[in-house]
Amino acid sequence: MHIQEEISERHVLSLTVSNEAGILARIAGLFTARGYNIDSLTVADITPDHAISRITIVTSGPPKVIDQIMAQLDRLVPVHKVTDLTENGPFVERELALVKVAGTGEDRIEALRLADVFRAKVVDTTIESFIFEITGTTDKIDNFIGLMRQIGLVEVGRTGVVGLIRGKEPN
Amino acid sequence: MAEKSGADILVECLIDLGVEVVFGYPGGAVLPIYDALFNHPKIRHVLVRHEQGATHMAEGYARSTGKPGVVLVTSGPGATNAVTGITDALMDSIPMVVITGQVPTHLIGTDAFQEADTVGITRHCTKHNYLVKSPNKLASVVHEAFHIATTGRPGPVVIDIPKNVQIATAPYSKPERFEHASYRPQTKADPAAIATAVEMLAAAERPIFYTGGGVINSGPEASELLREIAALTGAPVTSTLMGLGAFPASSGQWLGMLGMHGTYEANWAMNKADLIVCVGARFDDRVTGRLDAFSPDSKKIHIDIDRSSINKTVDVDLPIIADVASALTDMIALWKDRGHKAADLSEWWARIEGWRARNCLAYPDSHEEIMPQEAIAQLYKASRTAKDVIITTEVGQHQMWAAQHFGFDAPNKWLTSGGLGTMGYGFPAAIGAQLGNPDSLVVCVAGDASIQMNIQEMGTASQYRLPVKIFILNNEYMGMVRQWQELTYESRYSNSYSDSLPDFVKLAEAYGWTGIRIEGPQELEAGIRQMIDTPGPVIVDCRVAKLSNCFPMIPSGAAHTDMLLDPSQVEGIMSDEAKALV
Repeated sequence: MHIQEEISERHVLSLTVSNEAGILARIAGLFTARGYNIDSLTVADITPDHAISRITIVTSGPPKVIDQIMAQLDRLVPVHKVTDLTENGPFVERELALVKVAGTGEDRIEALRLADVFRAKVVDTTIESFIFEITGTTDKIDNFIGLMRQIGLVEVGRTGVVGLIRGKEPN
Repeated sequence: MAEKSGADILVECLIDLGVEVVFGYPGGAVLPIYDALFNHPKIRHVLVRHEQGATHMAEGYARSTGKPGVVLVTSGPGATNAVTGITDALMDSIPMVVITGQVPTHLIGTDAFQEADTVGITRHCTKHNYLVKSPNKLASVVHEAFHIATTGRPGPVVIDIPKNVQIATAPYSKPERFEHASYRPQTKADPAAIATAVEMLAAAERPIFYTGGGVINSGPEASELLREIAALTGAPVTSTLMGLGAFPASSGQWLGMLGMHGTYEANWAMNKADLIVCVGARFDDRVTGRLDAFSPDSKKIHIDIDRSSINKTVDVDLPIIADVASALTDMIALWKDRGHKAADLSEWWARIEGWRARNCLAYPDSHEEIMPQEAIAQLYKASRTAKDVIITTEVGQHQMWAAQHFGFDAPNKWLTSGGLGTMGYGFPAAIGAQLGNPDSLVVCVAGDASIQMNIQEMGTASQYRLPVKIFILNNEYMGMVRQWQELTYESRYSNSYSDSLPDFVKLAEAYGWTGIRIEGPQELEAGIRQMIDTPGPVIVDCRVAKLSNCFPMIPSGAAHTDMLLDPSQVEGIMSDEAKALV
C-alpha cells in the first residue's frame, strides 16, 4: 500500500486576532493538529491599545484544504477576521531578510554590486563581511540569497511574509 | 462595593448563570472554591469517584436537560483526568464548562506540586479556554465561558483558576449583557439560500432528510420543525447515531439510522437519492463509507451552524450556515408561502419499501442463548410502561444494537458517545441524566468491557440515591474489537477476550445495589421487569450469545451499496487499504 499526496498551491492568509496569551499557540496548534502546512507565520500588534494583532500565514494545500483552513481559523474564538489574500487579490506581500556575507577582494565588490541590483542596504560591515537588509517578495529574497551563497553566505534571518490588499479598503 | 474572594465571585457567577449542579472532586488547588461551596443552599455539588466520571456526568446532564454541564476539578491530575470527557464533549458538541484549579500564579512554570499546563493541554480539545490571572477578570471570564459553551456550535470551555486568584479579592457585580469582540456565531440563514433550498426540495423526485445531533442541540423546537417539514414534503428521514430521537422512530417516514451499522433502506436511499438535505450532521466517516461512492447522483443541501463542517469531507451544492431551528422555520414558512404541495413520491417510496423488505435488522432466533438484539428489543418493550425513559450507552456492539433496536420518539432521551467513541461514557452519563431528570427511568446499556472503564462511579450513584440501571450485555468479549478481528484478521482474537470479569451481581451488592443475573431467554422478560420495578440502582448481568456480530455493516472503505447483511457474507480478510481505515 502507498500513501497518496495531493497537489498543493500557495496561499497568503491575513488574520486579525485579539492580542491575548496563547493566541499564537492556538493558531500554530490548529495547523499541526489538522495536518496543515505553515511556510511562514508573522505576528505583531497593530492597534494603539495593543488589543489586536495581525497574523500573516503563508500556507500551502489543495483548494479544498485551504477552504477548511479558513473555516477552522474563523471559528477560533479570538479570531476577528480571516482573509485569503491570494483569493481576494491583488495584494502586496513583503518579507525582510538580513543576509550576512563574508569575503574579500573581488567577492566583496561583486556582493555590493548584486546588493545594488536588488536594492539591498548595507546595515553592518567589517573589513571581511557585510550584513545586507533586503525587502521584497519571497522569490526575490530567495534569489538574492542564492546568489550570495555563491559568494560567501554566512547566515540568514528572515521575517516571513506580511501582506495587505491593494487599494483603499481594508482586508 | 464590598469585595469578594475569587472563590466567592465564581460561586456568585454560577448562581447568576442558573447553575444548579456541579460535578466535581476536591484537591489542593480548589480548596478555596470547595470552602465557598460548603453547605451551599443553591448549588448542589455531586462528588464523583474519578474526574473523567465528572465530565461524562456533566455531558449526560447537559444532553438530557439542554442546560450546560458544570465540572469542578483540581489542578494537575484532576485536570488531566478530565481531558477525555472534555474531548468527548468537543466531538459531540456538548455544552460544558470545566473549572480547574491551578497552582498560584507565582508558581506557574516551576513544576510545582500538582502543576500541569492545563490551558496548553486543553487548548485543542476545548471550544475555548482561559487562564484567569486576576480576580478582577474572573466574573467576565465565567460569564463569557458559559456564553461560548452554550451558543453557536456548543462545546466544552475550560477555566483554569490559580489558587491565589481564588483567595484574592475584587468587587463583583453581575455583568451586563455584553457583545463579544470577535465571537459571533451565525444563526440566521441567508434568505437566498433558503429560497434555493425550498425550490430544490419542491423539485426533488427522490429526496431524503439526513439529520444529526445538531437538531438535538438546536433544542426541542428543532425536532418539532423537522417533523413538520418531513410531513409537508413527504420525504423519508434518516439520522446519525447522535441525532436519534429528533424524528420519531414510530413514524412511517423513518428509515432508521444510517451509516456503518445503519439500516439497508437508509443507506440505499442515501445512495439513490437525487436530493440529500443534511440537517445538523457532518458527513462523518461512519456515515459516508467510501467517499467517492457516497450518494453519487444527489444534490446536497447542508444546514450547519459551523462553517468548518461545510465541504470538510463531502462537497455540497448548497451550504446553509444557520441554527437548525432557525433554518427550518424559514424553509417551512417559505414552502407554505409559495404554496408548494408535497410532490408525488410514490415511486421513490416503492423503492424504499423494496429495501425495507430485506428486513435488515432481523437476527437469528435462539432458544438456548439470549440474542443481544433480543435483549434490547425486550428492554424497549418493557420500558414503554415507564413514563419517561432515557437510554445511555457505552461504546461497542451493545451501543449499535441499542441504536438499531430501541425506538426513540423524542429528543434528549438517547445519550451516547458518537464522535470520540469513549468507552466509560455511558454509566456516568446515566448518573448525570438521572440528576437532571429525577423521575425518569435511566438505563445505561453497557458491555462487559466498557462498563469497567468507569465502574467506580457506582459509589456516586449510591451516595446520591440515584436509581440508575446498568444493563450489561455480557458476552465476555470486547465485542466490536472481536467482530473486526473476525472480519479483518481471520478471527485471531488478539486481547479481545474479557478475562477475569468480576461477578457483577456481587459487585452490585458490595455497593448496596441490587444485582440481577439473566442467564437464558426464559429469564429475560422477568429479569428486565424486575430491573425496572426495583426502586434503587440495579446492575443486570445479561449473559448473551458470545459470538454474535452486529449487522448490517458497511466494512471500512466500502460503499453504502456494499453492505454486509449477515455473517455468510463475511470473508475474514481485507485489503491493506481497508485495513488502514478505522
